[in-house]
Amino acid sequence: MVHFTAEEKAAVTSLWSKMNVEEAGGEALGRLLVVYPWTQRFFDSFGNLSSPSAILGNPKVKAHGKKVLTSFGDAIKNMDNLKTTFAKLSELHCDKLHVDPENFKLLGNVMVIILATHFGKEFTPEVQAAWQKLVSAVAIALAHKYH
Amino acid sequence: MGHFTEEDKATITSLWGKLNVEDAGGETLGRLLVVYPWTQRFFDSFGNLSSASAIMGNPKVKAHGKKVLTSLGDAVKNLDDLKGTFAQLSELHCDKLHVDPENFRLLGNVLVTVLAIHFGKEFTPEVQASWQKMVAGVASALSSRYH
Repeated sequence: MVHFTAEEKAAVTSLWSKMNVEEAGGEALGRLLVVYPWTQRFFDSFGNLSSPSAILGNPKVKAHGKKVLTSFGDAIKNMDNLKTTFAKLSELHCDKLHVDPENFKLLGNVMVIILATHFGKEFTPEVQAAWQKLVSAVAIALAHKYH
Repeated sequence: MGHFTEEDKATITSLWGKLNVEDAGGETLGRLLVVYPWTQRFFDSFGNLSSASAIMGNPKVKAHGKKVLTSLGDAVKNLDDLKGTFAQLSELHCDKLHVDPENFRLLGNVLVTVLAIHFGKEFTPEVQASWQKMVAGVASALSSRYH
């Protein structure tokens, strides 16, 4: 079980509180689809994904991105209990969505990049370390119920 | 071998031209050591790595970071022949330094984060995609002589 120090929790929650979850969600999912184009295969029903501007402007991408990042907010409120928090989502991603868990790591990395572009110097090495730990732990929790 | 389009090359070269290689080098290596602390094992001789500020201020970290990033400058000039460019460094990292190639991917991700911090909104999804392709290409080239 991953253990977060008080400093790490503070670093994570402080940045999270300054984020616009709706915008950041759309940007995170959009960037995933642009930077790692093979991930588009999971979103056949989303319509026009033919170019970066199409992807980033696509309303389904934005809506789904918001959903994904709102769920991340649950992670932040339950950093000591990520496996339980994501148990059902883990089963869903395995049994229904058939998503390779490697993609959770890619999304986590994209989130770190978005935080970096938004917060600049405020995204210090220590803050980055705390967030990298969180996204890794979320990726592991989401993979946990795979069979 | 990853193929870089003309747009990829223009994007990569343009951002590289605006980078202070010395500063970015120290920051990239420093962040690697902070965010992925097990990487410190390769730098026993570097002295004080006991805290994030010790690491980021450590003159050996800065000097070595500059060396590493200067070498990446060679990659930027030789995007169509990364394997040839990094053949000797690949052998060195395998035979002498015994570095697990996974660490090349970690360093690549840290470099992308540093670029995101410095360039903010200018680090668009398309720019990120080109750079992600670049660091993946370099990691692959550095692994190519491993045996």
